[in-house]
Amino acid sequence: MTAQAEPDFDVIVIGAGIAGCVATYQLARQGRSVLLIERGETPGSKNLSGGVLYSRGIQQVFPDFLSEAPVERRITRNYINFLNADSSIAIDYRDARLADPVNAVTVLRAKLDAWLAEKCEEAGAIIMSGVRVDRVLTEDGATGKRVVGVRAGDDELRARVVVAADGVNSFIAKEAGFREKEPLHHLAVGVKSVVSLPRETIEERFNLTGDEGAAIAAVGDCTEGVGGGGFVYTNLDSLSVGIVVRLDDLTAKKKVVTDVFDHFLEHRFIAPYLEGGELLEYGCHLVAEGGLHMVGEIVMDGMVVVGDAAGLTLNTGLTVRGMDLAVGSAVAAAEAIGSALEQENTSKAALAGYREKLFASYVGKDMKTYAKAPSFLEVERMYKEYGELFANVLYGAFNLDTHPREHVRTVARKSLARSPLTIRQLVKDGIAGARAL
Amino acid sequence: MKRLSVPERLTKNRFNLDEQESHIEVNQEIAKATGTGKAIVACCPAHVYTEEPDGTISVEYAACLECGTCLAVAAPGALKWHYPRGGFGVQFREG
Repeated sequence: MTAQAEPDFDVIVIGAGIAGCVATYQLARQGRSVLLIERGETPGSKNLSGGVLYSRGIQQVFPDFLSEAPVERRITRNYINFLNADSSIAIDYRDARLADPVNAVTVLRAKLDAWLAEKCEEAGAIIMSGVRVDRVLTEDGATGKRVVGVRAGDDELRARVVVAADGVNSFIAKEAGFREKEPLHHLAVGVKSVVSLPRETIEERFNLTGDEGAAIAAVGDCTEGVGGGGFVYTNLDSLSVGIVVRLDDLTAKKKVVTDVFDHFLEHRFIAPYLEGGELLEYGCHLVAEGGLHMVGEIVMDGMVVVGDAAGLTLNTGLTVRGMDLAVGSAVAAAEAIGSALEQENTSKAALAGYREKLFASYVGKDMKTYAKAPSFLEVERMYKEYGELFANVLYGAFNLDTHPREHVRTVARKSLARSPLTIRQLVKDGIAGARAL
Repeated sequence: MKRLSVPERLTKNRFNLDEQESHIEVNQEIAKATGTGKAIVACCPAHVYTEEPDGTISVEYAACLECGTCLAVAAPGALKWHYPRGGFGVQFREG
């Protein structure tokens, strides 16, 4: 290595989201020199999530996370909802065990990520905000192209390892040839409003006390039948309310995404939650929904890819995860980078420990467990017919219209006969669901 | 809650407008031939794209929320879309 080529840093991390910040923090704590580059004016200013963070992983990184970090509410109520046009059927799962120990919290990323970045600085990392990395610098090495740094405008910065944590669009991973353009059924668009409401109003409306929180997830008419769902999450004194819809289905049905969002906001069973609220902010985000199939190459000579950029998101039907996987991937990457730096070898082979650690951790294991979930969740019937069928069965039971009652079993059979669903589909989806989830 | 138009919603956000440079460029011919034009009009949550009476797609890049959905649905060559230059574009305060 020539004198000019001596790296400026051990590690350069691109993107101050959760994955980027956690990787930076872990490496800085190992005593490595780390530069974290963020294109937003300040860390967090480009970042947006639905808002539920399954927090156990990040608590391992920051033991005082729950008391120190700007978290909103601790989720103790999960409300899983088939939301039809005029009827709604839900599982209202509340459990004191979810509060102790805490399992999930709502977060607002502009606040959370700013805190994470502060932690990185405290640990000794250098943060450069307002700088967009245009591309990675590569050199021809013994085993092909090797990443040696980044270019931002006219500046070139060199490092022994580059961590691409630049989010779901990851231009860096794409440019390095890690990722192809994703097929549309692997992608969804999330649209979200943050709506302010007084704390007490939120607690009354959602039946909460103290810093308890609720997460509502809905499928069905609420997205006008487009594959995906809607959500309402409680923050301290605001709600995060939004939809996530699959791009293949949205475009095939020729729907306008903002019409679908308005339809959700104005749904007869959603609107009352928002009554009297004031819009604080409007945002959107691309969501990777391909699961394990989207995780391709994540290590090359001199570079690793973490978080959303690596395709690490998981929709299991009940839980929608991304931020916890970002944490897990960053922890795995930082460990592997640490050992590679120790050996003074940051080739692809030396960094391969990242992939091993990732797939030995909850991240890789859960991605494998739920590998069949994406195709199951593409089943059209999930978003219309099932919710209506359940509602018709219950209507038959509750609508005491002075006609003699029939056994629920009979009502169910007749409702099924009237519905476009067949027993065969029911059985097939039941088995597929059991296998996928 | 009163329904707000998309432009009304966007007034709640903070933007640092890059007056020098747009980060979005539509290839009108390819956009028209491939149907990308209509697709990006429909899928953009910020209504950055509008189909004009003559069939061309106009771009209000200042409104962009930088999600990348348009790029995901665009046919090859129909759209150039990158993040705005460092420090510019939407700056979320909630996120």
